[in-house]
Amino acid sequence: MSDPTEANTDPVEPTQAGGAGERHVRVVLVDDHRMFRTGVQAEIGRTEETGVEVVGEAADVDQAVTVITATRPEVVLLDVHLPGGGGVEVLRRCAPLMADAERPVRFLALSVSDAAEDVIGVIRGGARGYVTKTITGTDLVDSVFRVQEGDAVFSPRLAGFVLDAFASTDAPPVDEDMDRLTQREREVLRLIARGYAYKEIAKQLFISVKTVESHVSAVLRKLQLSNRHELTRWATARRLV
Amino acid sequence: MPPHPGRVTIDGMPEAATAPLVEPRPPRKLYRSSDGRWLGGVARGLAGHLGLPVIWVRLVFVGLFMADGLGALLYAAFWFFVPLGVGGVGGQRSPSLVSTETSPDGRRRLVARRPDKGQIVALLLMVVVAMVFVGNVNVGNGAKAYLWPVVLVGAGVALVWRQADNARRARWVEVGRRRRTLTLLRAAGGVLLVTAGVSGVFVLQGSAAHLGSVLQAALAVLVGITLLAGPYLVRMTQDLSEERLMRIRAQERAEVAAHVHDSVLHTLTLIQRNAENANEVRRLARAQERDLRTWLYKPEGTGKDEADEPTDLADAVRRNAAEVEDKHGVPIEVVVVGDCPLDERTGAQMQAAREAMVNAAKYGGEGGAVQVYAEVEGRTVFVSVRDRGPGFDFDSIPADRMGVRESIIGRMERHGGTARLRAVPGGGTEVELEMERAEKTS
Repeated sequence: MSDPTEANTDPVEPTQAGGAGERHVRVVLVDDHRMFRTGVQAEIGRTEETGVEVVGEAADVDQAVTVITATRPEVVLLDVHLPGGGGVEVLRRCAPLMADAERPVRFLALSVSDAAEDVIGVIRGGARGYVTKTITGTDLVDSVFRVQEGDAVFSPRLAGFVLDAFASTDAPPVDEDMDRLTQREREVLRLIARGYAYKEIAKQLFISVKTVESHVSAVLRKLQLSNRHELTRWATARRLV
Repeated sequence: MPPHPGRVTIDGMPEAATAPLVEPRPPRKLYRSSDGRWLGGVARGLAGHLGLPVIWVRLVFVGLFMADGLGALLYAAFWFFVPLGVGGVGGQRSPSLVSTETSPDGRRRLVARRPDKGQIVALLLMVVVAMVFVGNVNVGNGAKAYLWPVVLVGAGVALVWRQADNARRARWVEVGRRRRTLTLLRAAGGVLLVTAGVSGVFVLQGSAAHLGSVLQAALAVLVGITLLAGPYLVRMTQDLSEERLMRIRAQERAEVAAHVHDSVLHTLTLIQRNAENANEVRRLARAQERDLRTWLYKPEGTGKDEADEPTDLADAVRRNAAEVEDKHGVPIEVVVVGDCPLDERTGAQMQAAREAMVNAAKYGGEGGAVQVYAEVEGRTVFVSVRDRGPGFDFDSIPADRMGVRESIIGRMERHGGTARLRAVPGGGTEVELEMERAEKTS
């Protein structure tokens, strides 16, 4: 609470009530391409409209850790390929910040790559979601807020990977079913993979958006438990680990 | 066209990019010949290097051999120091059996190999001849006692050395054949011969009692030599592996450069030329992105299409999507879960899916990317194609428009599958295609 940046976050929220509703989120951009950072900044950083405030930028792992520790943002947009060890290394070194119960820093991977090894790597590292750089500005803003609220954001591609991962683990014994996806979670994932937005999924399955989000979060939680031997085997077979 | 500033870089690229890939003319270097050799391939290699008939070189060696065994010493030295390679003269042998090509790591290698039987015979023959020869020449000397052991040792060592050559050659050719037992047998034979020879020395010398002290002395010498030569050996291996690493890096870089040149730079040039045509630019960029992505992230890394018909479902879906994307300039996002080989039914489903993609790209493309999702679950194959366009009312399509009715629904039903069209909440159309896979033939 002694964090100096604390001072300018709390009072901000009420004043933001005009533009983007009550929403406000502090974001750090981590990407080694300055052009890309500038682009994202221009796209989502208009605080009055989007409610997103970019409080810091970093171009490599060391910078990222420094900036994130100093500014304590709510969401970090993290590139997967970074000089100095990549996004996974940033996640590893920021693990205490992520675990902070009161003001957790949450990570949203934003990468040009949608290769399975990159995706699974950062999700296992603790990222709350994964979107590719082809995402539109509005969707990105949306994803950032969703991550801020503690929910997971899946791109269709990522949903496909997860389905694929768990599909091959269907047969094994009953005591493993803690780790497997429920029918509902699978349904939700399938719709995400088909390109539905969370809102559309809710309508389709006659459940609330909040329920959709909790299903997705559950999937993410299970994916992080991927040291189970089936998933390891799956990953090994695809040379992901 | 006036010279464009960007062209300098682009045109300057080919030399830099492709030069390392073109095999440089191999420097005229002495190699031992690995094909058509009798013993170590020295004579053959030398003959190839000097441009002489092999038989001359062999005769010279034999002649030198007469001179107090100088030829043997020379031959052994060549065998030891000259690396095995491909060369020599191919006059007598049919050239079609043995040819060379450049392997991916840039080294010359053998493409075909000949059976080794003749060489083994030749080897044994030479050993016999040498034995007879030495036996005749040195008769009466005290050295006679050592003759047999020495011959045995020589034969064993030759066998093992040949073995080492073969192992190396096998690595080039990468023959994964079941030749292991033969290799093991050969190595064991060599070791056996050497052991027999060495113990023969002791037995004939009648100094089995001194075996312990002799062994100790030998050990001391070995340790001494190791201490002396050790650092050099370590340095040498380090240098070698470093050099190999550098070479691998250089090749990797060259390959990346070549790929970037072939695809990315060309696309960029095209984009510069078509700068006013936004659709064309988008199409080029999409196609290039997909290509580069495949190249970068595919495990095999080659990114080169086999260019034949796809045999797997995932492959077929991706390829169809890519083609439609290229043709209509609408981005198509593909997610495939699971995979299975294509059969007649799923093939039909792929055609229906393609038609659906074309429709989505044509009529729903302005709403954003078309999403294609394919899943193989057990025996069922499910494909969904959705767009975010204005959507359409199926009943309002005139009966003469065959696209949806025939190409999608009709085709699916004829093959025993189902097709559903529905409006997506929030706008857009989704086509769902479901098909049971054909029964396995096996």
